[in-house]
Amino acid sequence: MKRTIPALLLLAALLAVNFTVHAQCKGFAKKICKQELTPYIHDGNYHAAILTEGEEAELYKTFYSGQNYRIAVCGAEPLTKIEFQVVDAYKNILYDNRDHNSALSWDFKLESSQQLKIIIKVPVTNKQAEYPFSSCVAIMFGFKEK
Amino acid sequence: MYLKNFTIRVFHAFLLFLLFAAFPACKSDKSKEKGKEVSLDEFISGEDIFDDIDKAKKIFYSLPSPLETAMLIKSAGADYNEQLLNPLGNVEKYTTNKSMALNLGIYTTDLSFCSLFDQTQTSLNYMDATRKLAEGMDIKDAIDEETMIRLEENLNNRDVVMDIISETFLNSSSYLKENERQAVAAIVLVGGWIEGLYLATQLVGDKSLEENKLVDRIAEQKLSFSIVDRMLEDNKVNEKGEQNVDIVNLMNELQGLRTAYSKIIVQTSAVKVEPNEQTNVTTLKSQTKITVSPEAFSDLRNAVNSLRTNFIL
Repeated sequence: MKRTIPALLLLAALLAVNFTVHAQCKGFAKKICKQELTPYIHDGNYHAAILTEGEEAELYKTFYSGQNYRIAVCGAEPLTKIEFQVVDAYKNILYDNRDHNSALSWDFKLESSQQLKIIIKVPVTNKQAEYPFSSCVAIMFGFKEK
Repeated sequence: MYLKNFTIRVFHAFLLFLLFAAFPACKSDKSKEKGKEVSLDEFISGEDIFDDIDKAKKIFYSLPSPLETAMLIKSAGADYNEQLLNPLGNVEKYTTNKSMALNLGIYTTDLSFCSLFDQTQTSLNYMDATRKLAEGMDIKDAIDEETMIRLEENLNNRDVVMDIISETFLNSSSYLKENERQAVAAIVLVGGWIEGLYLATQLVGDKSLEENKLVDRIAEQKLSFSIVDRMLEDNKVNEKGEQNVDIVNLMNELQGLRTAYSKIIVQTSAVKVEPNEQTNVTTLKSQTKITVSPEAFSDLRNAVNSLRTNFIL
């Protein structure tokens, strides 16, 4: 019993941390990452998750001709350098932010509508660390009214 | 000592739990493929992009939001027609989780559509309808009194109005996703997307299908339909292994639309990248081949109409 109570308390505390991390993720997307879209209009969709160093995520979206788009991919502290690539249906890499000083956003327009894939990678920052870092990563889209 | 070890074990177990909770659909990583030589003369179906999908990773499917949908309709040259919107009086009818979620999407698309055409009073009324539905779905603080006042004060400033619509939709979808209601968030998106298709197919009217930008936009939604299918499939079973009846029913209801879209051909070429250092806006050069016969378009319009009629009743 003596051992169970502290363990349960610890578990409850960790669950509370988990809830807070999720709430922070929402706040991070809304208050920090959304700013990266200015002057584009955010489409209103929410794509964010807690990712851990070394992890990858993928997002599929159709982009339409005649529209101007901005993609913003942001990571909350301590994972602020998130890598992302944009790939077409032929698996050609159209954009890689590693070639652009780890830019947080990319602006583009299309001659014809395309389904594209965005690949997000969280690089490992400290290989010596006992536990990898985890943090919120948000992917947001903005467009311009024509 | 024992307590310390036990605490560490609990901590490790919790980290594992956190990892599985955050990444529900996990399989193994696969090799990366290098880009091929780009040719704009070779065409494939846009759905080929899913060929090497790797569910080990966190996968996001992004549908056009209600705001983007309305923008696509407007930029294709469509006119405004208030008669097409879901009547405000219907809002009281929606009492089930599924009907509330579908119609939250539908009303948000209607709200975006009338706002883009500067219909100020109608925008206020539709914002109020979406607020009622969001409250009915127990979505906290998506649209509060302050939002309504801000909207009222800025009705003549379209940029602010769009920002308010975008933020309210972000509030709803983030609330649902972070409260383990991803399936409901998916149904909201499908409702909004179907409403966009409904408005667009109705607004084509009797105009010729040839060289018609709105018809092209509607046909191109075939690409997004493949995302709808995958998004619903992903939400069909929850983390406990239980089937979500609303999602299963919705997937069945979409069968008519699936059949209608199978008669429309959309093929895309590879993309050539053309950066512009002056504007910092890259152009993605490519071609799309769209084949829509009058019969196929008519079938599509009927399928959308029948779906939307069922959703709003």
